Amino acid sequence: MTTPMPDLECDALTKRFGSATAVDNVSFTVPAGSFFSILGPSGCGKTTIMRMIAGFLEPSSGDIRIKGRSVLDVPPNKRPVNMVFQHLALFPMMNIADNIGYGLRRKGMAKAEIARKVDEALDRIGLPGIGARQVDELSGGQKQRVAIARCMVLEPDVLLLDEPLGALDLKLREHMKVELKALQAAFDTTFVYITHDQSEALVMSDRIAVMNAGRFEQMGTARDLYYRPQTAFVAGFVGDANRWQGRVTRAEGEALEVKTDGGLILRAISPGRKLPVGDRAEVFVRPEAIRLAEDSAQLSHFDTQISGHVATILFNGAASRVIVMDATGAEIEVALPQSGEFAHLTRGAGVHIGWSGDQGNAFAVARP
Amino acid sequence: MIPTIPQNPLIRIAYGAYVALFFIYLALPLTVVAVFAFNDSQFPSLPWEGFTLDWFFGSERPMIGVFHEGPILRAIGTSVIIGLAVSALSVAVGTTNAFLFNRYQFRGRGLLYVLMLLPLVIPGIVLGISILVFSSTLANAAWDAAEFDIQALRPGLVLVILGQFSFVTTIATLVIAARLQKFDRTLEEAALNLGANHLTAVRTITLPYLAPAMIGAFVVSFLMSFENFNTTLMLVGSDSPLTIAMFDRLKLGSTPLLNAVSLLLMLGSSLLALVMIAFQRKS
Amino acid sequence: MRAGQKLGLILLLTPLLLWLSLLIIIPHIDLFLLSLRERVGVRQYETGLANYTTILTEPLYMVTFARTAMMSILATVLTLLIAFPVSYYIAKMARGRARSVLFLMCLVPFWVSELVRTFGWMILLRESGVISGLLQWAGLAAGPVEMLYNDAAMMVGLVYTSMLFMVVPLVTTLDSLDDAVIEAGYDLGGSGPSILREIVIPHAMPGIVSGSIVVFMLSLGNYLTPTMLGGKDSLWFTQMIYSQFIVRFNWELGAAFGFMLLILSSLIVWAVLRLTGQTLEKTMG
Repeated sequence: MTTPMPDLECDALTKRFGSATAVDNVSFTVPAGSFFSILGPSGCGKTTIMRMIAGFLEPSSGDIRIKGRSVLDVPPNKRPVNMVFQHLALFPMMNIADNIGYGLRRKGMAKAEIARKVDEALDRIGLPGIGARQVDELSGGQKQRVAIARCMVLEPDVLLLDEPLGALDLKLREHMKVELKALQAAFDTTFVYITHDQSEALVMSDRIAVMNAGRFEQMGTARDLYYRPQTAFVAGFVGDANRWQGRVTRAEGEALEVKTDGGLILRAISPGRKLPVGDRAEVFVRPEAIRLAEDSAQLSHFDTQISGHVATILFNGAASRVIVMDATGAEIEVALPQSGEFAHLTRGAGVHIGWSGDQGNAFAVARP
Repeated sequence: MIPTIPQNPLIRIAYGAYVALFFIYLALPLTVVAVFAFNDSQFPSLPWEGFTLDWFFGSERPMIGVFHEGPILRAIGTSVIIGLAVSALSVAVGTTNAFLFNRYQFRGRGLLYVLMLLPLVIPGIVLGISILVFSSTLANAAWDAAEFDIQALRPGLVLVILGQFSFVTTIATLVIAARLQKFDRTLEEAALNLGANHLTAVRTITLPYLAPAMIGAFVVSFLMSFENFNTTLMLVGSDSPLTIAMFDRLKLGSTPLLNAVSLLLMLGSSLLALVMIAFQRKS
Repeated sequence: MRAGQKLGLILLLTPLLLWLSLLIIIPHIDLFLLSLRERVGVRQYETGLANYTTILTEPLYMVTFARTAMMSILATVLTLLIAFPVSYYIAKMARGRARSVLFLMCLVPFWVSELVRTFGWMILLRESGVISGLLQWAGLAAGPVEMLYNDAAMMVGLVYTSMLFMVVPLVTTLDSLDDAVIEAGYDLGGSGPSILREIVIPHAMPGIVSGSIVVFMLSLGNYLTPTMLGGKDSLWFTQMIYSQFIVRFNWELGAAFGFMLLILSSLIVWAVLRLTGQTLEKTMG
């Protein structure tokens, strides 16, 4: 049995601008029909990758293959990829139908056929009958869908999306995340999505690559990245985390004990990474991995336990947090369960917190 | 056809060559005017008779330089006076116009705005004759009624200033209104909130913000006035501004004296433009 | 409206109204009335269309009128064709410093008087001029070549003189076209010509229209270039206005000429605006 041909393969892709390396030896494959995201802070090189795939930048070295065929010699207007631009780049001089039909006209398709396909696409995105409207008469979410439809009528092998939700307001963005995922399933096309917003990447993607300073830090499913970050960057960038620096005081295989610079004793794990006693380490613990209790007995099964008092309550609905200050003055961010149990919690109240050692991810601190 | 799109290098080179050719076309006439100002000859043409500065500083016939040529110096003076008067008037009215259209909603605003733009689409010579006709109608009426001749309404300095002002104001209005458009009204509200009254707020907050545009409008107005030919031609009296004086000479035949004047003009306006750019960059 | 606001409105309205009425509207009405006046004897006048019938029945006047209009349209089209690629280059191809330098270089020639520019072309094109000299020196011409005083020379001058007023609005509108929109065009399969036709030109339309209107107006109303560069037998309409007013002192006929020029230019401006669906406020303001 052979594995099916991937839709997109990037092989040792590198792009240098002068002496700066924007993309440094990046390789990945995207299987047909999947949703692949590249997640990274601005300036990490993700837009450069996308523009190389679309054909607006030439790689310094490496290869890009679509359905197994190298496209380096193919100009952007002939590549079987289409792109949803950051600010969508809908043509303001045309109405919606002409926008969606633009690529079909370029293929020399008959007028009646184009009209049929455009109507079909408008139905598909749930906006039937808006073909005659102008671009600026549409809402942000509608424009979004039109920009996708404009590409999808061309039936590209790969659809590139360059942070298309960035310009939308929060509520709409949440809604469009779900909708984009649904559209991808409906069109059954390979999506390559770049974003700096981790929640967009986590919610929609089948696989995510976390990118930093021109390199891929880690590639995997949303759960992989969240629960098993392989680098300190990923642990800090994906999801929230308390982070401490300290020194390894005990090591039993992957399980460690770390004494932080503030004097806190923590347990952590370092799967696949060697961290001998005496080395500097950085430990990440997610606020939602920490259990909050008023009675220390409830935490007896945790190997890390700390007592302290409530310094601040940051109420934010489901994402509410408590900042707990321990005796050494260290501040620890803890998720505040909204089950009603802690509804009466006030500032200054004494609390106990605890977590199990395998929730703490330890990484070696790079020597300066 | 933008740098990010791969393009046939041949087309790219041809395109670059076309643009280069265009700039040669732009530079050519001015270059020859400048170069022949230094030709030691009676005519601004080939052959090259050697380098001289006489067309600037010469004081003996036949080579009297610009700085010893009375009529030309007087014409420059006239042009400067006209230019200053036109700029001052245009910037003043341009500023009030900008405030009017920016701050007030009133009946007939749209119509007035179109009327305000009209001078841009009226040929300069028609502007000139219409003002000439109207002013002499007024002057004749005054004469018929009281045997009194109003000199200001006969072709001359005042009419030239009014004629140029009539269309330069539109430009000044547009320049100043463009900046006022970008002004953040809340700054003025903040001033009011901090205890300023309306006029003080405008004087201390809005006008300083507008100053670069007003200075820009002043310089542009001055240059437009200095350069103007068509409207001025119909309204000029006995004391001609520079463009008219040069035109009269050119009709009789050219000497490198005209090149020398032209070169000074180029230097002067470039200097003015540079000052303006430097000033705008600073603010 | 509060009293203070009303006072402000009146104070701001006064200079505008004075300017527009005394220098623009009333003078043009007066010009029109004058054009309707017919001299029947010494200091004796009648109202009528006699001046206009004179113009319409005198072939020289009508030929000059039509010629001026056609040549101005030609000059406008040529200016547009020459300026568009250059403007596009400045707005979309050049980057950073090069771009502002190129733009500035386009502006420089127009800081000096039209008279100087025309004078430059005279030095270049006339019989004893630079180009004639170069041609002889290169052996391409046996004797002096006169390139001045014909329609081609006049066209060169007209195009040159109006270039700025085409380049600036074109660069401004092209500049506002997002690169991503052009890239999207390519991404969706467009080629150079189709993108030019469907995306770039429609986007640049306001700039094309306002540039064309200004260039057309400037050409139509130009006096200097046709007089200095044009042939002796090829009259320009503005020259007829000048000669009626200043040389022959027949103001009535001159006023009629002026009014026809005004109507012609307004008509063409209006037609261009209508055809392209633009408004004067949008293209000029």
